Amino acid sequence: MATSTAHNVNLEAAMVLTPPPLADYLVVAPLAIGFVFGALCLMTRKNIDRQPYIAISGLVLMLLADIGLFWHVLQNGTVVMTMGRWLPPFGITFVADMLGATFALVAGIVGLAGGVYALEDVDRTGRRYGFYPFLLLMLSGVTAAFLTGDIFNLYVWFEVLLIGSFGLLVLGSEREQLDGATKYALLNLIATTLFLLAVAYMYGMFGTLNMADISRKAAGLRDTGPLFTIAALFLFAFAMKAAAFPVNFWLPASYHTPRIVVSGLFAGLLTKVGVYALLRIFLTLFDVERDALAGTIAIVAVATMVLGAMGALAQNDIRRLLGYLVISGIGMMLAGLALGSQTGLSGAVFYAAHSMVVMTALYFLAGMIGERMNGFALNEAGGLYSRVPWLAAIALILFLSVSGLPPFSGLWPKAFLVKASLDVGAWWLAFSILLTGLLTTIAVGRTFAFAFWRESTRETDDTDTTRPTNGGRAVAGSLIALTLLSVAVGIYPEPVIRVTDRIASELLTSGSYVDAVFPAEEPMVEEPSADEGEAQE
Amino acid sequence: METAMAVLTGLFFATSFYLMLSRHIIRILLGVTILGNAVNLTIFTTGRITREIPPIIPDDAVMPIEAIANPLPQALVLTAIVISFSFFAFLLVLVFRSYQELGTDDTDEMRDAEPRDEPAPPLGY
Amino acid sequence: MRTLIFRTVAPFLSSLMILFSVFVLLRGHNEPGGGFIGGLIAASALAIYGIAFGVSPVRRAIRFHPMALSGFGLLLAAIAGILSLFSGVPFLTGLWVYPRLFGVELALSTPLIFDIGVYFVVFGSITSTALALEERERD
Repeated sequence: MATSTAHNVNLEAAMVLTPPPLADYLVVAPLAIGFVFGALCLMTRKNIDRQPYIAISGLVLMLLADIGLFWHVLQNGTVVMTMGRWLPPFGITFVADMLGATFALVAGIVGLAGGVYALEDVDRTGRRYGFYPFLLLMLSGVTAAFLTGDIFNLYVWFEVLLIGSFGLLVLGSEREQLDGATKYALLNLIATTLFLLAVAYMYGMFGTLNMADISRKAAGLRDTGPLFTIAALFLFAFAMKAAAFPVNFWLPASYHTPRIVVSGLFAGLLTKVGVYALLRIFLTLFDVERDALAGTIAIVAVATMVLGAMGALAQNDIRRLLGYLVISGIGMMLAGLALGSQTGLSGAVFYAAHSMVVMTALYFLAGMIGERMNGFALNEAGGLYSRVPWLAAIALILFLSVSGLPPFSGLWPKAFLVKASLDVGAWWLAFSILLTGLLTTIAVGRTFAFAFWRESTRETDDTDTTRPTNGGRAVAGSLIALTLLSVAVGIYPEPVIRVTDRIASELLTSGSYVDAVFPAEEPMVEEPSADEGEAQE
Repeated sequence: METAMAVLTGLFFATSFYLMLSRHIIRILLGVTILGNAVNLTIFTTGRITREIPPIIPDDAVMPIEAIANPLPQALVLTAIVISFSFFAFLLVLVFRSYQELGTDDTDEMRDAEPRDEPAPPLGY
Repeated sequence: MRTLIFRTVAPFLSSLMILFSVFVLLRGHNEPGGGFIGGLIAASALAIYGIAFGVSPVRRAIRFHPMALSGFGLLLAAIAGILSLFSGVPFLTGLWVYPRLFGVELALSTPLIFDIGVYFVVFGSITSTALALEERERD
């Protein structure tokens, strides 16, 4: 509260007094845009024909802001914006380093593709139930989670995106959806509550919630029991969010139940937030603890990727098959985290970006297949190649890409991960990555063979063309755009590799993150005592 | 005081884990709610329990005059309470709806999304 | 619950509670209170009205759909943050003006706008949940 009675207090120590450059507002622009347009969509609830236009323009603006932010960070390094003028660690800080900006950019691309796909996939009832507001809310939550520099704020954004995802998941309220949503909601809520528990312990240890502040204070508390406990709790909570084995069972139970565009967005965005949080916590904050936990993470990674691919092999429903492929991909990213080397991290981040685009595209593809087959069951599929050859081409590209075969975007991150594993002599990790690639190839190859190559099993199929299909221009356009992105990255990966290499080196030297938040300060090695949280005189 | 709070928090955690081990969805939901409260108590305790003097600086001072309560855990707990309250409201509606639709609150019987009789994928043409 | 006494009292009680919620909202500026608790009080006022007269009179009474009110609140809160862009201070910084109205100095600020936004968000979303639950009870 501002009082008119002025004290002679030196505000410089606690507040930002110089106006921040205009470009710094880019850090908060994506989520401010998301919230404003989400609010507008909520307010125009009655006018559901106009709502998509508002939402799409909001998503386009968000993507533009993401691009601007990415460019700004690429040119000028990490950007920091402090809320409400209070200097860190007192105010909540938003920090956009290369990792956050890249993830936000890919999330923006995926979100826009989802919004466009939904133009035809989500009907008027779905819109009336608030598809677009929830989409914008979830996307804002995801973007903000990538950009926040405060651990408690990260928890809040997790909850925001969770609320948005709940709304999207129960859109339609069919039996199947309610069943899936119940399990999804309860297990995810438990995961975020455990995350909050870890935050509570961390606050008790450090007396601060600012990630950069924790990072520099953790240096004095290395190799102590409490820090390992906190790190292990974080690993558990975020592994649950990321759907790593053995806490992945909520994902195959729920991801195939909502509308296909919602499944695609979830597959692209939500588990990756968990992966992002793991990267952030274990590299920027707890790098010593990561080394100690690397063995555990590697075992989890191997189990996740191999069992995920095996689960995909056992599925008859295309959407459930894709759900297991999402899990398998999480294993790949965890492998990079376990390796923790420059190449490994670069591969993990590359794989995450690739997976966000390709998994969303695969769900969109499944939607188009299901639209044309009246269902997603493989044992009833067939005859699509002769009916829609261009879809077969796209399917082939995406299937090769997700299996990590050349010349598409899945190849490079896998090559990086295999090389990184062999560099440290972890031949079993490299073997698992390659084995997963093989199993994935079999699973998606079989899908291609049954859905596209096989002759149609039903005679009625060809006469069924009178049925209104949703496969219009918006649906096809968003699918093709995502596929082209995967092809382009696969053929010309150098720019992406440069970016992911820079992310990896930034992650490995957490000092750059700290320096961005606390500029022009001598490295403060204040005694990080637990009394920090106690009342100060 | 901290010891008493720690014991109480432990009891909360134990209760919530016990409830979450149940197969019945309403008990799991209650367990999750208690888990949220247990975590809130943990935040409160890790913020150190100090004296009950409100953290307000008088008009003519620039610093608190005496030792004050730590306001940050209270802000955190308040935020967490608000969030868990809204989640509880949402989940209650969701669980109630799925109980109505599926006719059961036993998680073992809730197999609509993953039916038991789902066929295996075809092994050949 | 539709007794004569309750139905007679409910309108007065509801309007009193709405008035009180606004009071709590404005009081929250310097003293305990604020947008969240104010919104909750207002939502419970409508819940009481709904118990007494059914859900559709409530929906008619508030004119807009509760979720639309929620959206309005979200917009207000976002605008309160964005205003700081135009004065060259970081996002969400509190900005104050002291206009003199009828000889009284009024302290208006962006935190107040934000708080009113919170009021509407809470009011809208809780009312919408409560009405949905009350509606379901009757079928």
